[in-house]
Amino acid sequence: MRRYLIRRILQAAAVLWAAYTVSFLVLDLLPGDPVSAMAGAAQDQASFDPAQFARLKHEYGFDKPIPVQYADYLGRAVRGDFGDSVATGRPVTTVLTEALPPTLQLTAAALLLAVLAGGGLAVLATWTSARWLRQALLSLPPLGVSVPTFWVGLMLVELLSFRVHLFPAFGDDGPRGLVLPALTMAVMPGALIAQVLAKSLLGTLEEPYVQTARAKGAGRTRVHLRHALRNAALPALTILGVLTGMVLANSVVIETVFSRNGLGRVTAGAVGVQDIPVVQGVVMFAAVAVVTVNLAVDLLYPLLDPRIVMAGRTA
Amino acid sequence: MSQTLDGGLAAEAAAGTALPAPRRRRREETGLARFLLRRPGLVLSALTVLAVVVAAFRPETFTSADPLAGVPAHRFQAPSAAHWFGTDELGRDVFARMAHGAALSMKATLIAVAVAFVFGGLVGLVSGFVGRWVDDVLMRAVDVVLAIPALFLSLALVTALGYGTVKVAVAIGVASVASFARVMRAEVLRVRQAVYVEAARACGVRWWNVLGRHVLPNAIGPVLVLATLDFGTAILGVSALSFLGYGEPPPAPEWGTVIAGGRNYLANAWWLTALPGLVIAATVLSTNRIARALDGEWARRR
Repeated sequence: MRRYLIRRILQAAAVLWAAYTVSFLVLDLLPGDPVSAMAGAAQDQASFDPAQFARLKHEYGFDKPIPVQYADYLGRAVRGDFGDSVATGRPVTTVLTEALPPTLQLTAAALLLAVLAGGGLAVLATWTSARWLRQALLSLPPLGVSVPTFWVGLMLVELLSFRVHLFPAFGDDGPRGLVLPALTMAVMPGALIAQVLAKSLLGTLEEPYVQTARAKGAGRTRVHLRHALRNAALPALTILGVLTGMVLANSVVIETVFSRNGLGRVTAGAVGVQDIPVVQGVVMFAAVAVVTVNLAVDLLYPLLDPRIVMAGRTA
Repeated sequence: MSQTLDGGLAAEAAAGTALPAPRRRRREETGLARFLLRRPGLVLSALTVLAVVVAAFRPETFTSADPLAGVPAHRFQAPSAAHWFGTDELGRDVFARMAHGAALSMKATLIAVAVAFVFGGLVGLVSGFVGRWVDDVLMRAVDVVLAIPALFLSLALVTALGYGTVKVAVAIGVASVASFARVMRAEVLRVRQAVYVEAARACGVRWWNVLGRHVLPNAIGPVLVLATLDFGTAILGVSALSFLGYGEPPPAPEWGTVIAGGRNYLANAWWLTALPGLVIAATVLSTNRIARALDGEWARRR
C-alpha cells in the first residue's frame, strides 16, 4: 500500500511539474511579454520612458535567457510563489487566496447540486418502467451539454429574477445570490454525471448478482438502490476530477455573467490585461485541484471496491 | 474536455433508442429512406446544420437587413414578422446579425476543429505507429494537457496570443488536441495488430505505404466521428470566449458577442439574449445528433 501511495504521489507531482512547464511554454515563450505590451501601448504618450521600461523588464526578469527564467520561476513556484501581478503589483498568491472563498462556495454548491440532480435523474430514468418517462429523462443530459453555459445563466436571471422576483440578479454575494449561479454551473457537470451513471446503472442491472437478489425476493426499489447503485456509482466517481476542472473553469464565465467576485472574475480580468503571472497562477491552481481530486479518487477506489488490485494499476 | 466521454455515451444512447430496427434484408434505397424516416430528429439536425452553413456563405439568402447599420427609430422592437428576432439598442435586426455572424462563428469553429484534428491526429498517429519511448513521451504529455481544464488552457493561449476570431479559434482547438491524440493512438494500436498489416509488412511494403494505405484509412473513422462531436464543443467554446469579449471587437456580429451585447438589456428586451442563444443551442444539438448517428453507424459496421 505504501509503495503504491508513494508512486501515485510522485506521479501526481510529475504531472504538476509538466503542467507548469506547459503553462510556462504557452505564456512566456509566445510573443509578447506584459512589459513590452505596456510599452507598446504607452509608446505614443509623452510620458514614455524607455529606461523605465527596461528597468521594469529587468525587475520581472524578462531580459534573462529563457532557461534561466524557467529555472527561476520553477524554483519560486515550488515554494508557492508565483511572482507579482503585473497589473496591480500584488503577489499572485495573495490575489488568488483572496479570490478563492466565494468561488469555492460556488463550485462546492454546484458540484453538490450536479451530483444530486444528475444522480437522481439517472436513478429515476433507469428505475422507472414507464417508457415515455425514461426517454424523456434520458433526453435531458444531451440537451444539458449542448446549451451555452452563459446563456443558461442569463435565461435564469431573466425568468427568476426579472419576471418572478425570486432571486437577486447580479452582484449579490449572500446565500440567496448563490442559487442562480450554482444552478447554472451545475447544468453541464450534472448532465455528464447523469449520462455516466445511467450507462453504468443499465450495465449493472444486467449482472447476474442483481438477478440473484431479485430471486431472493428483494423488492425492485431495494435492488435498484441497495444492490445496483452501490456498484454502478463507482465508475461515475472517476469523472470527478474532470468535473472539478470543468466547474472551476466555468467560474470564469459564470462569475462574469452574475457579476460575482471570485477566481473566475480575477482570471477574466487578468486575461484582459495580459497579466501573465496571475493567469499562470490560476492555471496551476486548477491543475493542482484536478490532480488532487484524481489522486484522492484513485486512492479511495480500492477502499470502496476491494476487487481492485492496487499493484496492477498504473496511471 | 468532454468529447471522449460524450462519444462513448452518445453511441450508447443512439444504440439504446434508435437502433433496434428489424434486421431483415431490404434494398439499399428503401433502407436509407426508412432509416431517415425513423429518425426525424436526425433529418431536422441535418437541415439545421445546412441552414447554418448556407448562412455562413450567403447570409443574404435569409435576410436582406443590414447586420451593422440599424434604424434608430426601430430600436427595441419585439420579435415580429418584419424582425424575426426583434431589434437591439441601435435598431439593428438581431436575426440579420445572427445570420451574418454565422460566417465568423463557423470559421472559428472550423479552424478550431481543424487544429485539433490535424495536430491531435498527428500526435496520435506517431505515438501509436512508432511506439516505444516516443509513445511514452507523447502520451505523458497528453496526460499533462488533460490535467489543465480546457477553458483555462484556452484562456492562457488567448492571454499569450491576443484577441480576435482566429486566435480564439486556435486557442479552443489546441485545448482539444489531447483528446484527438488519444483516440487516434488507440485506433492506430488496434489497426496495427491486424493481420492485413502484418501481411503487408511481410510482403515488404515500405513503412510509409503501410501507414498511408493500410493503417491510416482504417484508423481514421472514429477520429472523424470525434471531429463531428468536437464541432459542438468548439461552437460552445468559441461562443464562450467571444461572450467574454476575446473575439472580434464589438460591431462584428459573432454569436457570443451578440448575446453579450444583449446582457445589458435583459430586463426589458429578452429576445436579445434568448433567441441568439437558442440558435447556438440548436446548432450544437444538431451537430451532436449527427455525430451520434455517425458513431452508431460505425459501431454497427465493426
